[in-house]
Amino acid sequence: MALWQSIPFACILLPLGSAAMTSVLKGKFARRWTFIVLTVVTALSACFTYFIWGYGESYTYMMGHYPAPWGNEIRGGLLEGITALFFSLIMLLSLLGGVKKLDDHVLHDKHSLYYVMILLLTAALMAQVYTNDIFTAYVFVEIMTISACSLIDARTKGRTLVAATRYMIMNLLGSGLFLLGVILLYDLTGHLLMSNIKEAVAELHATGEYTLPLTVVVALISIGLSIKSALFPFHTWVPDAYGYTTPASSAILSSLVSKGYIFLLIKIMYRVIGLDVIMATGIHNVLFLFGLVGMIMGSISAIRQNDIRRMIAFSSVAQIGYVYLGIGMGTEAGMLAAVFHIFSHAVCKAMLFLTAGGLADASGNSKHFRDLRGSGMRSPIAGVAFTVGALSMVGFPFLGGFISKLNFGTAAMALGDMKTLLVLVALAVSTWLNTVYFLRTVITLYRPALPGSNYSVEKGRRGFCFSLSCVAFAAVNIALGILSQPIVSAIRMGLDMFA
Amino acid sequence: MNFFTNYEEMAAMILFGIGFTTLLLDRNMIKKIIGFSMMDSGMYLFLAAKGYVEGRAAPIVVDGIQSMEYYINPIPAGLVLTGIVVSVSVSALMLALTVRLYRRYHTLDIDKITAQVRKEEA
Repeated sequence: MALWQSIPFACILLPLGSAAMTSVLKGKFARRWTFIVLTVVTALSACFTYFIWGYGESYTYMMGHYPAPWGNEIRGGLLEGITALFFSLIMLLSLLGGVKKLDDHVLHDKHSLYYVMILLLTAALMAQVYTNDIFTAYVFVEIMTISACSLIDARTKGRTLVAATRYMIMNLLGSGLFLLGVILLYDLTGHLLMSNIKEAVAELHATGEYTLPLTVVVALISIGLSIKSALFPFHTWVPDAYGYTTPASSAILSSLVSKGYIFLLIKIMYRVIGLDVIMATGIHNVLFLFGLVGMIMGSISAIRQNDIRRMIAFSSVAQIGYVYLGIGMGTEAGMLAAVFHIFSHAVCKAMLFLTAGGLADASGNSKHFRDLRGSGMRSPIAGVAFTVGALSMVGFPFLGGFISKLNFGTAAMALGDMKTLLVLVALAVSTWLNTVYFLRTVITLYRPALPGSNYSVEKGRRGFCFSLSCVAFAAVNIALGILSQPIVSAIRMGLDMFA
Repeated sequence: MNFFTNYEEMAAMILFGIGFTTLLLDRNMIKKIIGFSMMDSGMYLFLAAKGYVEGRAAPIVVDGIQSMEYYINPIPAGLVLTGIVVSVSVSALMLALTVRLYRRYHTLDIDKITAQVRKEEA
């Protein structure tokens, strides 16, 4: 076994071990160590993607000394590599962009604990991406829930406390359903490793036994994970959770935590249940419908907000709707569009949350549109980066969002008449609604400030880290738009390896 | 319908249902946490019931019998233990949040707390 095949294991263990170690470090050292670990994980994931691309097929990595049906396994493939690379990169950049605001928002002696949670979250994300064992996935889902809750609660404020509690309640309902699904699946198949479950499920499907329990399993797992990733009717916790905490937490929650669950769902659909069994149960139609309604309703709610962070949070609901729409199409092309949208939305939304924090800084810490007038001039880098993000969300060419929408449109053409029409109409309406609220915001940012308002621009407040992260995010966004061909073909190759 | 032969599973599902609705609908934080515990206990009961085969023993080889027919699969019990650890830590976190909410707002009713927060903000 080549040395690079141990990289996924290192990517999980390094943040997990560091999280335990960071809890005893002082704030400054904890911060440095966290940045070192995140950089190393990003670099390792990049190496892994490179090697697995050359290797050309997926492999399983035995954890401990017991082979397949008994031991625990990690599985490495191209899609896992790319996802890990994107997730760790976004984690690093989000933390980099929000690190200065932590001084204001997090109690001084609790700083190292914040980094503990960041590292735990990274470990949980990596484990969900790489694991080949469904119960391990459940355990890391719970670790992710706990650390995400602590990230919301990091800013000590009444509103974040309630938001964290509501987040926790909804997520516990979600994990309850997910766990019940996993337990039923284990009882049906007698296996915990994904590849073994898939064989058993295919056999059950072929013989036609246990059709109803299998449908229940698929429903429980899909609904559980869609509650946790804030699909439309279950999104009530989103605006408070994303809207009031520190910008780094909002960026990480909206772009990584929800996407981690969606990646797990896609993984379960491909690697555990199998797409044809999912099709037979018809659950994908439910996800398709919820996604479709979410795209529209999320945007309508976003238009009605007068607080920039809550507006971006509702926009997340709409974008999660896009991802579930792609999953619900049930075709290879739809799944491809969904995975690409996971990346493009993650990059974009993290940048929007960070820059919204920067813009609010330049407007006397207010997030309301009337105070934000002219903030694009007062804080040029944040203004430009926000504009790039907004244009990407709207679907402007040369940016990631355009390729996403193109992928969804292409995928829709291969569906039946009614579904094609529904998707295309929803895409058009949703794009129009996106344009309304994002371009309105961009215009607000560059309008002259209301007379009588006087914001002293605190120079050097946001500093080098924030600018660096904004520039890097904008660059990744443009790279996703311009270099979309290799990325899309890599995702396609990864999805082929998945099945 | 095997309602009476599978009464453990029936009990587990009823527990799960009660716990789920309490966690979702009850306004009292403490009752929500109790609901969460019940929901998880229901699932563990289900898993334990599924993992036990009448008349077989735990796989501890003492008298040299190595036949598979004599033992039960120990993995479900292991999963139950893992699950219990997870739900204990989650309950602890929820209780800590509740303590902080109570210290700040002097009530356990989540709706009243939300109303107070809105008032605070405005």
